[in-house]
Amino acid sequence: MKPEERITRRDKIRNFSIIAHIDHGKSTLADRILEKTSALSQREMKDQMLDAMDLERERGITIKLNAVQLTYKANDGEEYIFHLIDTPGHVDFAYEVSRSLAACEGALLIVDAAQGIEAQTLANVYLALDNDLEILPVINKIDLPSAEPDRVKQEVEDVIGLPMDDCLLASAKNGIGIEEILESVVKNVPAPAGDPEAPLKAMIFDSLFDPYRGVIVYIRVMEGTVKPGEKVKMMATEKEFEVQEVGVFTPKPVAQKELTVGDVGFMIASIKNVADSRVGDTVTHANKPTSEALPGYRKLNPMVFCGLYPVDTNDYNDLREALEKLELNDAALQFEAETSQALGFGFRCGFLGLLHMEIIQERIEREFNIDLITTAPSVIYEVKKTDGEIVRIDNPSDMPDAQSIEYVQEPYVKAEVMVPNDYVGPVMELCQKKRGDYIDMKYFDENRVNIIYELPLSEIVYDFFDTLKSTTKGYASFDYELIDYKESRLVKMDILLNGERIDALSVVVHRDTAYERGKVIVEKLKKLIPRQQFEVPVQASIGQKIISRSTIKAMRKNVLAKCYGGDISRKRKLLEKQKEGKKRMKNVGNVEVPQEAFMSVLSMDESK
Amino acid sequence: MTKSLYVHVPFCEQICHYCDFNKFFLQNQPVDEYIDLCNEEMKKTIESFPANEKVSTIYVGGGTPTSLSTRQLERLLKDIKRNFQINHDVEFTVEVNPGSAEEEKMSMLFEMGVNRLSIGAQTFDEKLLKAINRDHHPEDVERTVQLSRQAGITNLSVDMMFGLPRQTMAQWKDSLKAVCNLPIQHISAYSLKVEEKTVFYQLLRKGKLPLPDQEDEARMYEYMLKELNLKGFHHYEISNFAKSGFESRHNLTYWDNEEYYGIGAGAHSYIQGVRRANHGPLPKYMKALKNNQLPYFEEHEVTLKEKMEEQMFMGLRKLNGISLSKFEERFGKSVYTVFPQVIENLKNEQLLIEAEDRVKLSEKGLLLGNEVFEKFLIGD
Repeated sequence: MKPEERITRRDKIRNFSIIAHIDHGKSTLADRILEKTSALSQREMKDQMLDAMDLERERGITIKLNAVQLTYKANDGEEYIFHLIDTPGHVDFAYEVSRSLAACEGALLIVDAAQGIEAQTLANVYLALDNDLEILPVINKIDLPSAEPDRVKQEVEDVIGLPMDDCLLASAKNGIGIEEILESVVKNVPAPAGDPEAPLKAMIFDSLFDPYRGVIVYIRVMEGTVKPGEKVKMMATEKEFEVQEVGVFTPKPVAQKELTVGDVGFMIASIKNVADSRVGDTVTHANKPTSEALPGYRKLNPMVFCGLYPVDTNDYNDLREALEKLELNDAALQFEAETSQALGFGFRCGFLGLLHMEIIQERIEREFNIDLITTAPSVIYEVKKTDGEIVRIDNPSDMPDAQSIEYVQEPYVKAEVMVPNDYVGPVMELCQKKRGDYIDMKYFDENRVNIIYELPLSEIVYDFFDTLKSTTKGYASFDYELIDYKESRLVKMDILLNGERIDALSVVVHRDTAYERGKVIVEKLKKLIPRQQFEVPVQASIGQKIISRSTIKAMRKNVLAKCYGGDISRKRKLLEKQKEGKKRMKNVGNVEVPQEAFMSVLSMDESK
Repeated sequence: MTKSLYVHVPFCEQICHYCDFNKFFLQNQPVDEYIDLCNEEMKKTIESFPANEKVSTIYVGGGTPTSLSTRQLERLLKDIKRNFQINHDVEFTVEVNPGSAEEEKMSMLFEMGVNRLSIGAQTFDEKLLKAINRDHHPEDVERTVQLSRQAGITNLSVDMMFGLPRQTMAQWKDSLKAVCNLPIQHISAYSLKVEEKTVFYQLLRKGKLPLPDQEDEARMYEYMLKELNLKGFHHYEISNFAKSGFESRHNLTYWDNEEYYGIGAGAHSYIQGVRRANHGPLPKYMKALKNNQLPYFEEHEVTLKEKMEEQMFMGLRKLNGISLSKFEERFGKSVYTVFPQVIENLKNEQLLIEAEDRVKLSEKGLLLGNEVFEKFLIGD
């Protein structure tokens, strides 16, 4: 392409994202836009095209980002190039969202006409504002009987402060208002700036491992031009690769001669590991590098950790392979081998958040068919020891003895909970119970409140969100961000089964609630662990001191003393069921412990 | 070598709260037609699977066989005798509900050649009988025993149950005392197991079924072993006790993993290596036979592996366990090769005992039978 052509082309490009709370209709709108811009034939059109993996489809959450190039013939007779960049909708992936927003000049802000603003809507709007995007508000689902577009408009104005005069009204589901949205994108989203002839600056906003091609890097070109055959350098990792192919998604991948300013597409460069193409990193030319990387790169650090162990020890190598495969595609997943006295060989894994953790577990169980034991999730504690050493602990069983600890710090988050007025009481009660510090409370209108708390991350990693949902009948929406480490009076509590300390059951708890927690855990284990052929004492201890105890009585009678006549198959089924049940348990300290016991230690709720 | 026959009568005048057998409330049921079709099934079965030996045990169970009228029941028994070649020393048992025992019916049973009755007493406590929804009273049991003997049937078995809701040890002791005072030769005693699709299951789910705990149930069982032994009933199977020579030959067919015919709705059979279950619902059972078909709901050809497993988990129910040499004779392999380490481990856990040629449950193993049987499932 000649330099002038690149400029002309640049001016016709519109790069935008759709930001929305889960269920507010983001994927449906993306589908409608794809249809209207005839990117796909009807046959190719699967509902919610952008959500690639089955799991995403099932959970209705987009995990991997996608970028599609579309052509749109506008009412002014000109043809425009649209890049629609999809963003994940969950707080675990906030950084990835921020990077894909950084690849855009504009964003469609979708707000549900009945539900109004939710916690995630706000969080994403602020991310878009941070990236200086042109925000186009769209009120979706206006044809619902419960739609109140005027009220929601007012709410957006009041809460976010966006002018809503030219706000668009749509129903993505029924194709209402789609053309107006596309016209507004042409008119209001700025064309990319940047010099096509300057040294290359392209931002990585995602990557994906393909078994045949290696890593497929998703980039947005900010300055310069990139072509196959050129040598490029990743500025954060300083690794160099030779570009084999560049292209765009339509949404099928289509090779191009070059990618230039404003282009959003992919690059393939014999990269073996996704860790070499980190989200947020800048790609530049190896021999003519740009002097300055794009701002905003940061290495993703896992926040939540847990042990993953195969139920069947023979599956250990399969589990390693599964993790290695997942890691190829997921730079945020970390794991290292660890050994538990109770569970044998397994891995300590780090995740961005709880959802990320659940997704990985589920994929291992489903795609690789390995039964897992998951230990209770933990965070990283910073421990200052009396000898002055500072250690970071991601496994409760590694926590040093109380005598050798000077203080312990734990990560805190700032949590925003948005609820209808009626639930303020229960939400505050829950936050207090989770050791939260009240910060603020803001009324949006007479009915909706934003409650702000600072909470220890460890208190929300387990059942906070579920409890929040149930105490507010599903009305609450929730968002959090990590803020800082704070000192807390934390101690390690060990659990002993049959007199033996089970490292996989150790938890870090607050000193003030240790006794209560110990009692709850012991009682819960008593309920979860079936009777064995001998009596099993269950104890909770802090250091050498037993703070709670109970006993699982010995199994006294387990025999089928009922006459099933000649129905032998029924007897057989019963025995098979019993045997199958035991297979899913782990033998620790000679005690058969069911899988769910290992997760149970973190739940505060006695009834669970 | 099918020498046993089970016939199912799926009708009851009252449904017990614990019962999940195939049974129907008697009123308005096509009983006569059912008897006709059972006759059809017997004819067809014998045609398809001719017996090369005479039948030597017959068991008519239910449901409640005695809920049929004397004439109806007589017709069923006649059909059995007409269709099957019966050995002269047959053990011919009919289940009798104490609530529906009457003189005429008992005399008819005797005349038909029935020589053993199994009487469903369950408990001798009036309140408990009501709580499990039996339709008889404690004194009906003794009356039934008298009627049987007067009619000429003296080989009698009584069914008992323990671990009933709110049942106390004292109540259980009283019931055992009462049953031992009867002139009978055999006692079956089952612990209550709450099954799906029963009134008790409903109650249990709602948290309204106060069952005795495992500990109490175990104590009731242990007390029974001691007490019945004192009274001369020897323990020969986990739940069965008999005066010498009066063990149930029919039930031993199951425990010895032998074959049997099964006739009637929901009945099970094991013929020439194939286990079958008949349709349970009456319309399905009857429709199949009316269409001139055998009323099979499912069939399964028992594999060698399964045969060996069943030999163990059924055989070990007997107090004298299984014979190692007979196992090897039947399957051509020793128990130790088929189930490596299993017997050694169970002996170490003191659940099994090996003596001479036999392996059997220990005293502890009797209470934990399922823990033992499970180990004899080979898996895939």
